[in-house]
Order: sequence, then structure tokens, then C-alpha cells
Amino acid sequence: MEILVCVKNVPDTGEEEIELDGNDLDYDELTYVVNEWDNYAVEEAIQIADKVGGNVTVITVGNEDADEVLRREMAMGAGNAIHLEDEAFEKSDAKGVATILKAAVDKGKYDLILTGAQADAGYGAVGGMLAAMLDYPYASLVNKIEVGSGKLTVGREIEGGNTEMNEIELPCVLSIQTGINEPRYVGIKGIKQVSGVDIPKFAASDLGLDESSVGEEGAIVKRQDYFIPEAGEGAEMLEGSDDEIIAKLIEILKANGGL
Amino acid sequence: MAQFFAYVQHADGVIEDTAAELAAAAKAMGADSVTAIVTGSGVDAAASAAGEFFNEVYKIDNADLAYPNAEVVRKAVAAVVPAGSVVLMSHGTFAMDMGPGLSIKTNAAYIADVTGIDGVDGTTLKVVRTELGGNISTHVNADIANGAVITLRPGAVEPAAGGVGGAVADKSGEAGDLSAKRKFIEVVTPEAGGVDITKAEVLVSIGRGIEEEDNIELAMELKEAIGSKAEVSCSRPIVDAKWLEPARQVGTSGKTVKPNVYLALGISGSFQHLGGIKGGIIIAVNKNPNAPIFQAADYGIEADILEFIPALTEKINDL
Ligand SMILES: Cc1cc2nc3c(=O)[nH]c(=O)nc-3n(C[C@H](O)[C@H](O)[C@H](O)COP(=O)(O)OP(=O)(O)OC[C@H]3O[C@@H](n4cnc5c(N)ncnc54)[C@H](O)[C@@H]3O)c2cc1C
Ligand SMILES: Cc1cc2nc3c(=O)[nH]c(=O)nc-3n(C[C@H](O)[C@H](O)[C@H](O)COP(=O)(O)OP(=O)(O)OC[C@H]3O[C@@H](n4cnc5c(N)ncnc54)[C@H](O)[C@@H]3O)c2cc1C
Repeated sequence: MEILVCVKNVPDTGEEEIELDGNDLDYDELTYVVNEWDNYAVEEAIQIADKVGGNVTVITVGNEDADEVLRREMAMGAGNAIHLEDEAFEKSDAKGVATILKAAVDKGKYDLILTGAQADAGYGAVGGMLAAMLDYPYASLVNKIEVGSGKLTVGREIEGGNTEMNEIELPCVLSIQTGINEPRYVGIKGIKQVSGVDIPKFAASDLGLDESSVGEEGAIVKRQDYFIPEAGEGAEMLEGSDDEIIAKLIEILKANGGL
Repeated sequence: MAQFFAYVQHADGVIEDTAAELAAAAKAMGADSVTAIVTGSGVDAAASAAGEFFNEVYKIDNADLAYPNAEVVRKAVAAVVPAGSVVLMSHGTFAMDMGPGLSIKTNAAYIADVTGIDGVDGTTLKVVRTELGGNISTHVNADIANGAVITLRPGAVEPAAGGVGGAVADKSGEAGDLSAKRKFIEVVTPEAGGVDITKAEVLVSIGRGIEEEDNIELAMELKEAIGSKAEVSCSRPIVDAKWLEPARQVGTSGKTVKPNVYLALGISGSFQHLGGIKGGIIIAVNKNPNAPIFQAADYGIEADILEFIPALTEKINDL
């Protein structure tokens, strides 16, 4: 099985507070990591290839910094990587990203394409769009995959912890939900081993893409700014020394049937 | 002016509460009239219920639509909406499945998980949404000259009042070819048994801020200190990491809870998590003063939970 996994380089927001520089992110304060969902997708692809044979290729649309993400996923066990990089790709909306990926998919031959269920911008869109462009069937939020002949049985996570089981024909596109597996740990040593690997790069012209269909020019959905909403009717913040805060909290717990 | 549609989800003849929110959202985008789309097999009850909030209801009744398989529903919806339409859906696992592909097939803009609507200026729709797991907000402009597919975060807008009384139009004959390469098999529900967090009066709920598996013990000790009315629950990353069992997860893909007090410890406050908390007061402890949980909580404490939880446990034990 030839498996393509789409991965995205995203700002790490787990630890630090997000800093704004005017109405944009303070990019100097950001560190980048691979999108959480994409690690699960790569792990799943590797496990499928291990089981039924085949190859795993990771692909990204991104600037030169995204190279690191591709190498990290290769260190996990993806055999090949493709980097789609062009100034013309910058400020693509989700449809633009899907258009670029579609052009790259057309140059290869894949049985299964995986994406994350969502990434930093939260559209959860690239996989479903790519599938529709390719006329492949799609299933989102997949948390279970069983390989059959010419088809897969997949579980989709739906509300309330329920799983919707489907049969889907290959080739297809699936978006992967967290928790489907336990992504393997990648150590410094693994990253070092792939640091010298030559990763092929393709620009718009290599993909036969009309530049006006992607990037800022092609975007029909455009982010205008970033902002932190006013606290508004938010929480009443408990202030004071640690002891005072805990004393207040205990009063609140008692008053509300908590103690 | 574009025509406005809302895809209305339903079960057992009852439409989802979010239908009224979709009607209100369409109005906020300048719609004079909004048409509901109700698909399924034997959907007369749901279709007439949708008339309560919409000016017209398109009913698509077909055995192939008995279960809402997004790949099949998409074809039916694409077949009945004219080019350039705006189609609204409630942002959930069905909309995530159908929306992106529908936007491609109808050549429309796709805007997911909208949390606020600023209005329409010519063919530019202005909305608010969040990025980075809800940690930051953005204004987004979309060109809807060719229509749009928009998913609306549940609870983001006030629901519209009912009493509209829209008539049902049967569009079943226009659905066209409903064959698909994805077939629905069944819905599997998780096994019952084990811990039941829905009965607890106090939930000591931990998120990724707990940092390490060993620190789960801190939450267990706090629970012990509070006593038998308390239980430990968590956000999704804790379950994904297999640090706690799935039955303890609060949220749209986990359990819905109504404790007296919900202690959110190191939880950022994603809408999927908050979607599982349906009552009681929320007390949030987070080291980030801008964490979205402080918008939803009743009381907030800016602190490091790894220090705060043991300190609180000690004080409660001293009572
Ligand atoms: C270099 C670059 C600069 C950008 N600048 C801007 C900007 O200034 N303003 C703006 O509005 N938008 C910008 N975008 C677009 C925006 O950030 C998103 O790429 C797009 O809106 C979809 O993002 P998402 O996080 O919602 O993806 P989702 O649709 O939620 O992602 C789901 C999955 O799709 C796949 N995927 C998503 N993006 C990529 C990718 N780039 N490469 C490979 N796979 C991917 C991954 O598997 C991911 O898990 C930029 C994008 C790129 C690549
Ligand atoms: C379809 C779908 C369904 C989902 N369903 C659910 C669901 O049912 N339930 C659910 O919870 N999530 C669900 N999610 C995931 C959800 O989007 C978020 O990713 C998740 O809720 C984040 O969990 P968190 O708040 O624990 O982690 P994070 O968002 O990483 O937040 C951690 C927080 O801890 C704080 N923190 C870190 N260290 C400390 C410290 N030492 N002291 C104090 N604070 C600290 C940080 O400031 C941050 O605010 C779903 C996602 C999708 C796409």
C-alpha cells in the first residue's frame, strides 16, 4: 500500500502564553512543532505499512522551516518526504493548500492519503477538500482502521464517545483523530540519522499550478488579524496570597455544595 | 443576494437545538429568508419541526439517506442548492465530515467553526473564529460571491425565536444519484461499566497542564480529601495518552456532566471540552491568564497546578 501523509508545521501553544505583536502573532516568540494530529496519522501509516507492506511518504506545504517537520516524521519511520515550497504558496487558504497537495498527488500514485483531523487554524478542511478534488471517498475523524482487499473498514469518532463504522473503497482520503494509536517517540539520534537525506522540493511551476489559483491571490477566505477577546463576563479572578486564595476557594466550595 | 440554507440534523423526529442557532446566524448574515434542508428516510416529523424556525423546508426523503453518511448527504445537498448559495451547518462531527467536500463540489468558500458574525459588506462576509485550539481569536473575511459553506460553533449565537411556520417542499425527486464509495455499517457505543463521572457532585478535572502521568496522583489525593462526592475527570489529551480511562473524559466526544462544582485544573477550555459541562459552577486554575477557560469559568485562579493542587489538598485535609 502506497500511503501519503499530509503534515503541517504549526506554532507550539501548549506551554507558553501566546504573545501578540500588534494584531499579528509575535513570530519571534513562537516555536514550531508538527501538528499533534499529524503525528497520529504518520504513526498509523507506518503501522499499516508494517502490517500489509508498502511505503509511507510525508508531504507538506510550507516554507523552509517546514523541512524540520518532514525530517521528524522520517525519523518516526516514514521512508520518503516531499516538500512543496514556493513564495506563491504563502497565505493560501485551506482550499489553496488542498489545491497544491492535489497537484502533487496527481504526480504520484497513492492508495491511501491521510491527514490530521485538524491543525492550528482549526478548519479541519484540507483532507475533505483534497478528497473532493480527487473524487476519492473521504472519512473524517477516523479512530480505527482495518485493511481489507481494495477497501478499508474505518471507525469515525462521533459525539458522545460513539464510533461510526464505515466501509470505504481505496483509494481514499481519511482524516485521523488523536488517540487512534500511541505515536512513537522520536529521539535526537533518530533525527540525526535523517538530517542528511535529500528531500525533493517542488514549486508551483514543477506542479503545473496556476499561481493565481493558490496563495494570497487564490484565497477566498482571508484572516485579517489576531486578537485576544476582552475578558468580558469572564471568571471572577481570586487574588491575594496563596493562603488567601485557597481560603476563598474553600469558602466557594462550601457555599456550592462542594465540601 | 445569495439564497440561504441550513442543514438541519435530527434524530427520532426531533431536530437538534442548533437549528434555531443556524436560523439566527443566517439572519445575522443578512438573509431575508432561510430554507432548512432535512434529509433522511421517513422525515416528515423532523421536516415539519424545522418549519418552526425556517421560512421553507426542503425535505429529501430517500432510503439511502436513512443514516446521515456525509458522502451520500453531500450529493443530495449539492443537488438541491442553486449555485451561489450559502449553506450553514452546526460545527460538529457531521459538519466536519461533509462541509469541506461540499464547498469544493459547489465551488463555494468554506469557513469552519465560526464563533461570531460581524455582517456582510457587498459579497464580503465578515466573521470571527478562533485558532490555535481556541487560544486566540481572528477576524476573517470571505468572498461569498460564489456562495459559502459555513459551520457554526454550537452556542455561538443566540437561537432564533420559533413560530415562523415554513412549509415543507418535497425535493426527494431532485436528489439525483446517491451512490457512494463509503458505506455506513453501524454505530458502536462504548461498553458501560467502570467509573461514572456523571454522578459525582464535585469533579476534579485535569488537563494537559498536569504535564506527567505521575502527577495524576495529585488529583487523586485532592479527590480523596474532598471525599466520596468527588471523582476525577479529565480532558481528552489525558485519555489519548492513556493516563486515564475514556470513561473519565469530559466533552463532546466524552461524557456530559452536571456536577455542583467543576474544578478545571490545567485545562485550556476548548469548546469541545466545555461542550460536556452542562451545569454547576466552574472553577479554573491555569497558569495562563489569557486561557479561554477563564471566559467560561465562574471563578479563576492564576497558578501553577503542580503547586496549587497539593496546597489545596493539604488545607482541605486540615479542615
Ligand atoms: C506557508 C503558509 C503561510 C500561510 N499564511 C497564512 C496567512 O497569512 N493568512 C491566512 O489566513 N492563512 C495562511 N495560511 C493558511 C492557513 O494557515 C492554513 O494552511 C489553512 O487555512 C488550513 O489550515 P488548518 O490549520 O485549518 O488546516 P486543517 O484543514 O485543519 O488541517 C487538517 C490537516 O490537513 C493537512 N494540512 C493542513 N495544512 C497543510 C499544509 N500546509 N501542508 C500539508 N498538509 C496540510 C494536515 O494533515 C492537517 O492535519 C498559510 C499557510 C501556509 C502553508
Ligand atoms: C472532534 C473533536 C472532538 C474533541 N472532543 C474532546 C472532548 O470530548 N474533550 C476534550 O477535552 N477535548 C476534546 N477535543 C480536543 C480539544 O480540541 C482540545 O485539544 C483539548 O480539549 C485540549 O485539552 P487541554 O485543555 O487539557 O490541553 P491544552 O489545550 O494543551 O491546555 C493545557 C492548559 O494547561 C495550562 N497549563 C500548562 N501547564 C500548567 C501548570 N503547570 N499549571 C497550570 N496550568 C497549566 C496551559 O496554560 C493550557 O491552558 C476534541 C477535538 C476534536 C477535533
